[in-house]
Amino acid sequence: MGKPTGFLETDREGPLKDDREERLGNFAELEHRLPVVQAKEQAGRCMNCGVPFCHTGCPLGNAIPDWNDLVYRDRTEAAIAALEATNNFPEITGRICPAPCEEACVLRIDLPHAPSSPVTIRAIEREIADRAFDRGLRPRRAERATGKKVIVVGSGPAGLACAQQLARAGHAVEVIERDREVGGLLRYGIPDFKLDKGVLTQRVEQMREEGVVFRTGVAVGGSNDGDESLASLRTRADVVVLATGSTRARDLTGVPGRELGGIHLAMDYLPAQNRVVSGEAKSTPIDAKDRDVVILGGGDTGSDCLGTALRQGARSVTQIELMPRPPDDENPETPWPHWPLIYRTSSSQEEGGERLFAILTQRLIESSTEPGHVGALEVVEVERKDGRFVPIEGIERKIPATLVLLAMGFVGPEPSTWSGTELALDGRQNVLADTTRFTTSEAGIYACGDARRGQSLVVWAIWEGRECARSVDAFLIGDERLRSQPQRWVPERP
Amino acid sequence: MSKPLTHLRDDAAARGLYRPEMERDACGVGFVARVSGGPSHEVIVQALTVLENLEHRGASASDPQTGDGAGILLQIPEALLREECAKIGIALGAPGTWGVGMLFLPPDPERQAVLLALLQEITEREGQDFLGVRVVPVDPKAAGPSARASAPHVVQALIGPGTLAADDHALERKLYVIRKCFESEARSRGLEEGEHPYVASMSTRTIVYKGLLTPEQLPRFYLDLSDPRSRSALAVVHQRFSTNTFPSWSRAHPYRRIAHNGEINTLRGNVNWMRGREPALASLTFGEDVAKLFPIVDERGSDSAMFDDVLELLAHTGRSLPHALMMMVPEATLADPTMSPEKRAFYEYHACLMEPWDGPACVVWSDGRMVGATLDRNGLRPARYVVTDDGLVVLASEVGVLELPAAHIVAKNRLQPGRMLVIDTELGKILLDAEIKEKVAARRPWQRWIEEQRVDLGKLPEPRSPVPTPLERPARHRLMRALGYTQEDLRLVLPALAEGAEALGSMGNDTPPAPLASRSGAAPLLYNYFRQRFAQVTNPPIDPIREALVMSLVQPIGPEANLFKESPQHARKLNLPSPLLTTDELQRIVELDREGLRAVRVPCLATVDEGGTLDVETALVRIAAAAEAAVRRGASILVLSDRGADFGSMVVPPLLCLGAVGDRLIKAGLRKDCGIVVESADPREAHHIALLIGYGAGAVCPWLALEAVGELVEDGVVEGPIEAAQHRTLKALEKGLLKVMSKMGISTVQSYRGAQMFEALGLSEALIARFFPGTPTHLSGIELADVFSDAATRHRAAYRKTVLAVLADPSTGEGADLLPGGRYALRRNGEQHAWNPATLGMLQHAVRSGSFEKYQAFAARVDREARGDLGDGKGSEGAGFVRGLFDFAEREAIPLNQVEPAIEIVKRMKTGAMSFGSISKEAHETLAIAMNRLGARSNTGEGGEDAERFVPDANGDLRRSAIKQVASGRFGVTIDYLTHADEIQIKVAQGAKPGEGGQLPGHKVDAAIARTRHATEGVGLISPPPHHDIYSIEDLAQLIHDLKHANPSARISVKLVAEAGVGTVAAGVAKAKADVIVIAGDAGGTGASPLSSLSHAGVPWELGLAEAQQVLVLNGLRGRVRLETDGQLKTGRDVVIAALLGAEEMAFGTAALVSMGCVMMRVCHLNTCPVGIATQDPRLRERFPGLPEHVVTFFSFVAEDVRHHMAALGIRTFDELIGRTDLLKARTDRSGRLASLDVSRLLWSPPVTEKGARRFTTPQDHEIELAMDTVLIEQARPAIDRGEPVEIEMPIKNVHRAAGTMLSHELTRRRGPMAPPLPDATIRVRFTGSAGQSFGAFLAKGIELVLEGDANDGFGKGLSGGRLVTFPPPGAGFVPEENILVGNVALYGATSGEVFIRGCAGERFAVRNSGAIAVVEGCGDHGCEYMTGGRVVVLGATGRNFGAGMSGGIAYVLDPQPGMLASRINPAMVELESLDETDLSLVRTLVHRHWQRTQSALAWRVLSGWKAASRTLVKVMPKDLKRALADRSTATAKEA
Repeated sequence: MGKPTGFLETDREGPLKDDREERLGNFAELEHRLPVVQAKEQAGRCMNCGVPFCHTGCPLGNAIPDWNDLVYRDRTEAAIAALEATNNFPEITGRICPAPCEEACVLRIDLPHAPSSPVTIRAIEREIADRAFDRGLRPRRAERATGKKVIVVGSGPAGLACAQQLARAGHAVEVIERDREVGGLLRYGIPDFKLDKGVLTQRVEQMREEGVVFRTGVAVGGSNDGDESLASLRTRADVVVLATGSTRARDLTGVPGRELGGIHLAMDYLPAQNRVVSGEAKSTPIDAKDRDVVILGGGDTGSDCLGTALRQGARSVTQIELMPRPPDDENPETPWPHWPLIYRTSSSQEEGGERLFAILTQRLIESSTEPGHVGALEVVEVERKDGRFVPIEGIERKIPATLVLLAMGFVGPEPSTWSGTELALDGRQNVLADTTRFTTSEAGIYACGDARRGQSLVVWAIWEGRECARSVDAFLIGDERLRSQPQRWVPERP
Repeated sequence: MSKPLTHLRDDAAARGLYRPEMERDACGVGFVARVSGGPSHEVIVQALTVLENLEHRGASASDPQTGDGAGILLQIPEALLREECAKIGIALGAPGTWGVGMLFLPPDPERQAVLLALLQEITEREGQDFLGVRVVPVDPKAAGPSARASAPHVVQALIGPGTLAADDHALERKLYVIRKCFESEARSRGLEEGEHPYVASMSTRTIVYKGLLTPEQLPRFYLDLSDPRSRSALAVVHQRFSTNTFPSWSRAHPYRRIAHNGEINTLRGNVNWMRGREPALASLTFGEDVAKLFPIVDERGSDSAMFDDVLELLAHTGRSLPHALMMMVPEATLADPTMSPEKRAFYEYHACLMEPWDGPACVVWSDGRMVGATLDRNGLRPARYVVTDDGLVVLASEVGVLELPAAHIVAKNRLQPGRMLVIDTELGKILLDAEIKEKVAARRPWQRWIEEQRVDLGKLPEPRSPVPTPLERPARHRLMRALGYTQEDLRLVLPALAEGAEALGSMGNDTPPAPLASRSGAAPLLYNYFRQRFAQVTNPPIDPIREALVMSLVQPIGPEANLFKESPQHARKLNLPSPLLTTDELQRIVELDREGLRAVRVPCLATVDEGGTLDVETALVRIAAAAEAAVRRGASILVLSDRGADFGSMVVPPLLCLGAVGDRLIKAGLRKDCGIVVESADPREAHHIALLIGYGAGAVCPWLALEAVGELVEDGVVEGPIEAAQHRTLKALEKGLLKVMSKMGISTVQSYRGAQMFEALGLSEALIARFFPGTPTHLSGIELADVFSDAATRHRAAYRKTVLAVLADPSTGEGADLLPGGRYALRRNGEQHAWNPATLGMLQHAVRSGSFEKYQAFAARVDREARGDLGDGKGSEGAGFVRGLFDFAEREAIPLNQVEPAIEIVKRMKTGAMSFGSISKEAHETLAIAMNRLGARSNTGEGGEDAERFVPDANGDLRRSAIKQVASGRFGVTIDYLTHADEIQIKVAQGAKPGEGGQLPGHKVDAAIARTRHATEGVGLISPPPHHDIYSIEDLAQLIHDLKHANPSARISVKLVAEAGVGTVAAGVAKAKADVIVIAGDAGGTGASPLSSLSHAGVPWELGLAEAQQVLVLNGLRGRVRLETDGQLKTGRDVVIAALLGAEEMAFGTAALVSMGCVMMRVCHLNTCPVGIATQDPRLRERFPGLPEHVVTFFSFVAEDVRHHMAALGIRTFDELIGRTDLLKARTDRSGRLASLDVSRLLWSPPVTEKGARRFTTPQDHEIELAMDTVLIEQARPAIDRGEPVEIEMPIKNVHRAAGTMLSHELTRRRGPMAPPLPDATIRVRFTGSAGQSFGAFLAKGIELVLEGDANDGFGKGLSGGRLVTFPPPGAGFVPEENILVGNVALYGATSGEVFIRGCAGERFAVRNSGAIAVVEGCGDHGCEYMTGGRVVVLGATGRNFGAGMSGGIAYVLDPQPGMLASRINPAMVELESLDETDLSLVRTLVHRHWQRTQSALAWRVLSGWKAASRTLVKVMPKDLKRALADRSTATAKEA
């Protein structure tokens, strides 16, 4: 239970980060580990609430008060076990999760004379995970094989979590990945300055030792040599799990000038740089060096573009968001324990760039110096009326832009994966499946992760992968063996 | 014996929640005896006077003319009978050669004839002469109307000797046989329940006249009693106060040998053990007649009647009545280190024969020759006696019941705890306790017998074979998982135990009760279907910590012997110092094998085959058969063991094994031949241990829990070494067990064993009948197969063939393979909690935004979750609350605007009692302001209230709480506090920990709290478990009387907690004239409470409220009271359901706190509430975010929500909802186990009689206008109005109670909160006589009462600045300092003022005194208990346990013998010091004033020999106070 008065005696102190100069010089992870002593102190701030809002704020249902207490008491092994009981990849969530748990923490409540100062849950999580890595990840092989085979399509967080759970349950698991390396968004989408790919590699190695077979460079439903159809997967496995993610990016369709050069999707831009960092490629085809970069989209992906562009040496970076600027501290529309829609500054945004809100792009204008290439954006300020964004007359303006990055979110999985089958989709073009059974309309085919729920957080993906594995295992064995963490007690939006 | 009423009662029992066996009574009791033994009519007249003067201790029914019962036991009025019988042709021989049976027969003459013929037949069959029948002359007009309607035909059957041996007792014995045969054979005559004959007495020596009468009616009804020819040398009288009003002539006391004031708590166990012993009974004198005596105990009787049954048997075994009473009501041997070895041995020997009949008891008894009185070890009943110089002894619950000239009185005393007083009329002697007991103790060489025969656990040899080695961790965890151990157990429950104490929790329990929780994977343990019962009102809980001297965990186990004999072999038992065993001790027992004491292990496992099926019956039958076979082969100790569980064999819940084995052995007549020890992996909490012992186990070795503790040591969670941690664990479980026992008022584990002090919740009646017979249940539910299937499901989950490494962590085994638990702190996969992130968040959003829509979303969510729908797509196989099992009836709706407005409805709402101290000033005042704005009521809780809050603020807000609570600690309960109340609530129990006291740790007592509680800053405060002025129902009536006089315009409310039988308690409370009765649920409560109390005591309010409503309506008492309920109420639906089940008013505790910002941290006990509510830390208090508006909004929303429901139900006014169970129906959409829960008993509604009511209609008649104080107030007008001195003189009698209290109220009220107090003794009243109870209660400053005479219990309770002076009348024939002048619990809860008593005080002098100054010349046991302030000077001996729980104030004792005081204090919290100069000068001043005011000769001697006297003075100093003073002086020094 931590220290009953810890929250009164210790101030919140997050992990150190490299300072700006240091950061921009390279792509190395910018956030440090919490020193052991500090982790202990910070964990001691946890009040072991009777109603731990963090625990339900976390989609995974991490037993946060338990492992905070264990860290406080120097019981590292136990803390690792408690953490791994609900989370397959704490080394990843500990680095990149936006930490809804911290927003739900009781110490986050703004009270008179007590500004919000939640427990540094994510940093403690990372610290525990790193200690596990320090000790070396031991494979946890199933005692006996079930003789059942499962193919997981996609090696993002959902696919990996699902595969690991199923392998540990004794099934033969094959993961198919169309990219060259395993990891999906974790490997290619998230920049190295936020997530060092070394941890991912180690985790994948552990999974290999646990019996997971990875086949990369194979696109399900693709037309290249070696590609396979979903139908054929189905014939050689007892169950196929679709965990392909939500990879169709939202585009500026219909906006004049979209056909110009120098306009790229974030998911073309970010992987290219990641490939350079990992050595998979020598250079990136989309380099922001000396360019005026405009990023459309104010979310996490946009931020990742921003940080990458700054590191590549962009001359200027502007991040544009359609939504209005949210309030600074408290948003009455989203009171605690809800995820607060407030003005946040990501680590990349700390590093530089300009942020514009309530801006709609009307036209992309060709550069005068670079024919066929974008040179500027024509934008207009908008306001919200009856749920729609309406331009405010007379304040159009131009923003110089020699590289435009589109980070406006994703609209669903790519249907080519299941070409040849009649897979039912939901209203948002995601694969139709519920969160109890995860079964699709096709027998033997399951779906989880962003492919099922639409774009979301890594924690959600891991939860989906684990829950789907539980359902698959139950189907294969006829008995519910893997533990479930159903979503419970989630406050309804006011 | 009116049929309709009997039928109604039977109907209520069959279809509703009323349980006849729950009826309780208490009373006034007494005797008058002529020591010389000459019978006289005067003794009878005097006894009847005593009885009349005890009338206020009884009660009357809804019909005020009908008493609850009164009666008298006499020597047979021989002269009268001889003459009267001669007239009808019956010739009576010499005294002692004939007996008379006093019979109650049905009114129908034909039936009478049949029954008398039967009696004659039996008499003659038994070889005696049936001499004839005399119809007892009665005047029916003397009885009240309902008594008359149910009056029996009373006759006397005269029986003469046939052929009998020349033995004094032969005829008496034969009459016993005849009576037993008559009683049982009449049962087989096809009579209806109400028509069975009742034998009030049948003896050659004594006769009992009794009935459903008031004391004053008794001699008018029975003409014999006023006939001067009736003569007796002794008379026992009794006046009854019953909790019910169902007429019962037979339940009036005295019984055949006793009259009893009190209650036998362990009755169920006593009766069961007695029945088990029957096969062992054999007697030379009775010969074959013994079999005719069975059953020894008639279970249809009351506890007193059953006690009488056994006492009668013991008397017939040749033991004297004192001997028999010493067996049944033994002294606490621990309490008296000076006890003689002979007497100690007597008790130890007899402990091998019989367990104590435990519970508060003042038993007055007589066999016609001797008359006596016995007080139990706790001594919670008053028994005062007076001896005159001409040989008259009068003993009664009160002093002053018979006016006797002071000059003739040679002794005024009281019976002390555990003591006995006997008058032997044949010897013509008064036998005092020591004399009589040493005589009995010298009868046999008990000590030698014990030494030779009894085997002590500690002396058993080292085990020959090794103790089983602990399981490997993975195997252990599998077993733990199979038995439902959770991560929470390893994280919270067991570590706390291993540190030596049960874990504490806060904020009540919002998880579903076991039968409603049916989420797969976490099926509740069988233990969770049982709730601990607890004492409330009709008997007191006790304090196992501060009064540890009366508690005992020692018990002999082994075969039972023939009670007719006394032999060394009777002591052949294994003596256990504690019922909790280490594995080593268990091994020693298992190896026990000697003559008459042999242990055998019985495996208690069930086979699980490959398919996972198991045959329940086979398993239980095999276990029971193995037990029987073992006993037949000579085993005298059975060890039910579940060692060896694995994949294929499952642990059978040990509770079931106990039930199955017990049932089998009783049927085979073998239960008496063995003791049972449980060696089980299953139990891990005090509740579990208590259940196993409560259902018959003699001892428990919780071996897996001990292994788990070993693991915690290995993991570094708990400090080692392992053995020490395990030892601490067992100690903690012992403490927990003592707590569970004490909350029911039980002191010894020997009588707790088998006493079944539980009620079941959600077990089927068949399951209970088979395994736990006699256990009450209000909510029938699961079957044996379900219990097994739950156990099997858990077992299979744990022992799956495929090991999933993914679930277990092989490296640490850190419980990752156990389920999370989540009972005490919410966990995602754990138990359902009503307060969860969703409901908490949504309510706060609603009240802060003021949006009714958001409230409605909250209410919809809460109501849905109450029905079990958690919105996670898993459907609803469980429910959150009992109310979730109901639907509203379909009715024609009315428009909302026709419904009573919300501003009216909201006035019925209250906040739960939360003290300033448990919550912060900010939170406390916010609630008060909000409720006052609404016209609703907030409740102070038990911490007093600052007088500045009695005056409105500048903005018009009032911070005064409308409801002032009076709890056992009486903190800040002053006349000002009471005067400024609209409602005064007596907290008898609270939902979070019914039957327990409380403690406010010193770190929470800051300056402000210390001021309002009249305590010292930094010094911890203890609330005792009982109110020391409520040990029984008549005491509650007295306290209500006191408080009503302390504020006649305030409603008096009594807060009870729901449990089976709360309805009958409520009926008693209504008769005690409460205006409001609160039935609190088990769930609520802030503050600290042991975790096991939070979840395992009490039941949901729905059950208790429905029961209270039914019983009150049934008894025609409902119209006199308002009913209130609380416990996890949150929404309009909750309120409406409460109203439909019978509640007029509702209190909200947690919901109100949540409105102010509480986020259910559940750390109230740690003082670290992060939102500044349940904390006194200034850093946290300034974070408090709550506003009165939030609370106002919440209650307004709830009221509005109520209106919506009312409109849908077509109901216009709230009053029309009350008690309308027809508007509720059981949900039909229930599935699975939920469907098996039968709620029909809750919805049964008794027919409402003509005069009866379903809701409050007519206020109680408190008879305020009759109070003596009305005269005092008139005479004191000049002082009240103008502050002029007034002197008044008055005679006083024991019927004048609470003298000076209403005067104090009037004075306080007129002068207002901020007026300076009057100078001392501005009003001086001089009384002469014996004052009634509560003399000078809450006496205000400025008033002095001088009493020449003596006083009863409750003298100066709540003294609020006034002065009390008492001394005996001049010329009294006794020495004051050697006699008792004032009764028990004098100065209870006094806050200031002065008291001078020339003479001694009874038990618990100055208990909870927090500021009064007192001088007394001696006091009884437990003096200055829980004292927190003031000064007490005792100029003589104190009783035992002085200064227990005393954290403040100082006592000075003139130690009569050096070192005597040292042996009598309770050293846990006080130490003895010598007096310094300041002390000496203070004491001298006080003694001088004592002398001035009382003319005490003792004071004069002390003052005149001051030098010598001052050397024998000892200072009793609380350690807490000393530390706080030291801290303060250090602080001051630093500042300087």
